[in-house]
Amino acid sequence: MIPQELKYTKDHEWVKQEDGRVRVGITHHAQQELGDIVFVELPAVGRKVEKGELVATVESVKAVGEVYAPAAGEVVEANSALESSPELVNKDPYGEGWIFVLKVADPAELGELLDAAGYESLVGGQG
Amino acid sequence: MKEYIPHTPEDIRAMLAEVGLQDVEALFSDIPREVRGRFRPLGLPPRDEDWVRRHLSGLAVASSGKGLIPFLGGGIYDHFIPAVVEYVLSLPELYTAYTPYQAEVSQGTLTWMFEYQTMVCELTGMEVANASMYDGATALAEAVLMAHRTPGGRRVLVPRSLNPRHREVLATYAWGAGLELVEVPYGEDGRLRLSQVPEGVCALVVQQPNFFGMIEDLSGLKDRLGEAFLIVSVNPISLGVLEPPGSFGADVVVGEGQVLGLPPSFGGPLLGIFATREEHLRRMPGRISGQTVDAEGKVGYVMAFQTREQHIRRERATSNICTNSALCALAATVYLSALGPEGLRRVALLSFERAHRLAEELSALPGFEPALPGPFFNEFPIRCPDPEGAVSRLREAGIAVLPPEELEKAGLTGAFQVAVTERRTPEELSLFVSVLREGR
Amino acid sequence: MPTGTIYDLGAPGRRGVSLPSLAGREEELLALIPEGARRREPPWLPEVSQPELVRHFLRLARLNYGVDSGFYPLGSCTMKYNPKLNEQLARLAGFTGLHPLLPEEEVQGALAVLWELSQYLRGIAGMPGITLQPAAGAHGELTGMLLFKRYFQERGELERRVKILLPDSAHGTNPASAAMVGFRVVSIPSNERGTVDVAALEAALGEDVAGIMLTVPNTLGIFEEEILKITELVHGAGGLCYFDGANLNAYLGRARPGDMGADVFHFNLHKTFSTPHGGGGPGAGPVAVSEPLVPYLPVPQVVKEGERFRLDYDRPKSIGRMHPYFGNFLVLVRALAYILTLGDEGLREVSAGAVLAANYLKEKLKNTYKLPYDRLCKHEFVLSGEGWGEVRTLDIAKRLIDYGFHPPTIYFPLIVKQALMIEPTETEPKQVLDAFCRALEEIAREAKESPQLLREAPHTAPVRRLDEARAAREPRLRLPRP
Repeated sequence: MIPQELKYTKDHEWVKQEDGRVRVGITHHAQQELGDIVFVELPAVGRKVEKGELVATVESVKAVGEVYAPAAGEVVEANSALESSPELVNKDPYGEGWIFVLKVADPAELGELLDAAGYESLVGGQG
Repeated sequence: MKEYIPHTPEDIRAMLAEVGLQDVEALFSDIPREVRGRFRPLGLPPRDEDWVRRHLSGLAVASSGKGLIPFLGGGIYDHFIPAVVEYVLSLPELYTAYTPYQAEVSQGTLTWMFEYQTMVCELTGMEVANASMYDGATALAEAVLMAHRTPGGRRVLVPRSLNPRHREVLATYAWGAGLELVEVPYGEDGRLRLSQVPEGVCALVVQQPNFFGMIEDLSGLKDRLGEAFLIVSVNPISLGVLEPPGSFGADVVVGEGQVLGLPPSFGGPLLGIFATREEHLRRMPGRISGQTVDAEGKVGYVMAFQTREQHIRRERATSNICTNSALCALAATVYLSALGPEGLRRVALLSFERAHRLAEELSALPGFEPALPGPFFNEFPIRCPDPEGAVSRLREAGIAVLPPEELEKAGLTGAFQVAVTERRTPEELSLFVSVLREGR
Repeated sequence: MPTGTIYDLGAPGRRGVSLPSLAGREEELLALIPEGARRREPPWLPEVSQPELVRHFLRLARLNYGVDSGFYPLGSCTMKYNPKLNEQLARLAGFTGLHPLLPEEEVQGALAVLWELSQYLRGIAGMPGITLQPAAGAHGELTGMLLFKRYFQERGELERRVKILLPDSAHGTNPASAAMVGFRVVSIPSNERGTVDVAALEAALGEDVAGIMLTVPNTLGIFEEEILKITELVHGAGGLCYFDGANLNAYLGRARPGDMGADVFHFNLHKTFSTPHGGGGPGAGPVAVSEPLVPYLPVPQVVKEGERFRLDYDRPKSIGRMHPYFGNFLVLVRALAYILTLGDEGLREVSAGAVLAANYLKEKLKNTYKLPYDRLCKHEFVLSGEGWGEVRTLDIAKRLIDYGFHPPTIYFPLIVKQALMIEPTETEPKQVLDAFCRALEEIAREAKESPQLLREAPHTAPVRRLDEARAAREPRLRLPRP
């Protein structure tokens, strides 16, 4: 269930490296814990963020998931499809349910991310 | 054993045996001995029901103010309350229920909340309303905090003609949140005079009608504010005849809902009305009932957008509010249902008509004149040579009005203020005028 | 059974009450209102006769469940019986008819109510100062945080004391209240016994800490045995201790927060002191304070001089007003009646009954359901709904409705997975407690044998399970105009 090619954070985000940029979403495990996603608050494109800063929130009926920046940088894309179809996060968390793309200032900051095996041991194969 | 606690000695023995303890005191062994040792009782014997009834009934008659004819307003008004309001408020399944967390057994509460929200939107001309705040003053303070979260800015434009008590509550909240209140004066006619909008303003507050009863001109205000919020604090009865703030681009409308079916009650409980535009929904404080369907497709109601609230979002919530003024909102729902659009307009116009009649007759007395010449709704300040003397003569004759010191808090001197509702009879109006005429 | 809202009833021209006549002067009067301010279109409101109105709201009442309907073990909400005498007293015209701006000499009876209640609440808290203004528990918390702010401002420490410590089991109102005053919230973990981890607290304390917000007993229903150590440590670091009084029913008449080191304590009169919840309010959240905070209490304060009562506004260090008048007066009347009825002996019986009932239920139910913290509890306890396969806590809660009970608080506190938080209160007879246990045991059997029955519950309520996701994705928050 856990895509091998992606990196992960302990906060249940996935990170896909794309040429000095990273695409970020929440994992299958995270969307399952939240339940039916009803709203995603997206960051403004162009916003500068610090590593660990709160960038987006993913809301279900009774819970709010927070999405943090995996590294410092600038938000260059936000998935506006989620505005009208937040359920994409449930249906396709690693694909159409991506949340934002970040242009990373210092790629070295991504070194702390978990690989698929590391994330799998964190969630016990529930990724 | 008290009447509210059913445990007999046999029950207690059986329950203790299940728990495996010798006596009731052992249930409290986890409270440090030192703490228990410091305990001091109140010195109160238990009382029977009739004793308590007599004692509190005695305190209820010990206030002579109940017997005065209330020409007294300043934010709380003596409107007629239909008998059906108290009937509905006494229905036990409604008043002994908690917050409707379990929707399936709370459809009664959630349905009337939905009705209430509809009525508040209709009165105010806004798109969404919450299911109540504590009172008009804290609703206003929360609206200002919401403005601060939305367009930003630390300055709040507050008119001198805002109810001084609302201003004081707002000032307490604003100090806590680090906001600055900037005063906006009123002109000679008693209405708002906004010369310029300084930098860093998150909101302009306007009271409609204002503390002196004057009808404000809301047109064009929102244009001058740009992103900053236009917050209008209303007397909802006046909206039976006044154009709703929603028509003037208000971002938030708040108000004191006591006039909608609640007695003055020495100032509480009250009802905080809160309505806004749909674009601000996720920043709105308070509970909301939303319509949905059940597993069989039947229409039902749930608490919607709970992720804004403290029990889910904690320190990032839109407010800390939890318990609100639900039962008072129910009173307003029943009141507005009983009156209907025509009844509401009639109450507003009767209050308006009697206030204007009294103002006219008082102005005809030598030395008496309106303190502010602007258009007013059902309350107006009167200037006269000896306002304190006039107030005490009225009191001796059994009439209560708003005394000069309350008006001085809003910068108006040498006057007292009169509020008139549809309950004030022609005889009471005549008495009012004759007391001041003869007193000269 | 008819469904729908009051807007589905009535017909144009119907009304539910008669009013004085305008004698045909309507148009003439409207013309006196400035044109731009005059309402162009009337609000859309129901037009119903009085019998229609009464039947509608009676129907809504029947769709509801209150304490008068049956057992309501909603944890942390103290859903005890609401005495009918108190309702009668709160409706006396000598209370309801009083305008709050009447001169002091005309409202001596009402001021006596405020003064008497203040004396008793100070005594119950064991603390010297009080304000009755807060309209609810969360409003009391906000008052408390503002008092903290003023205290540190007066001492010149406001700049550095920016943190409020909160146990991870705290009610959501606590962090939200601290945030409204600009404090930063720092979470303190619980230990394996369910109480504050004192070592973690010590490590978190420092010159940047304004204080701690504690719920005593905590939301697991467990008394902080090291409460004196905790408050001593916080005071030693120059901080203040806030006590959330939501759980006062656990030790009423036996222990006082002032004796435990509390600097601010809020009461929930709509919990401990039996005033009805009204479907979500109004409540009242009076706040008691320790000596150093007395000068900062909201204005006015009620004082007694001889046989007369007076409102004292001359308090230059006060944080200001929290309420436009004196608080939720009619709620205060009810609470005073409750205290007078019980007396010291009755107050002790309340906590004895509440704690005994909670422990009794806990012992009986722990054989069937997981009890993560198996120890003496106070007025409530928390079970876990884990371990029933596909069946979750939500399903157990909804199935209880079919058995005629209101469900407990669920999914709180957050530190217990699939939490079921049960607070029986002192007003339930043993027979009811036993019936509740039997229902939960029966539900456990059903969870194994016919889980679908639970997954689809409730079956007997006015509606089946409601689609909350739809309410969020397609918001309908008012009726559309026809």
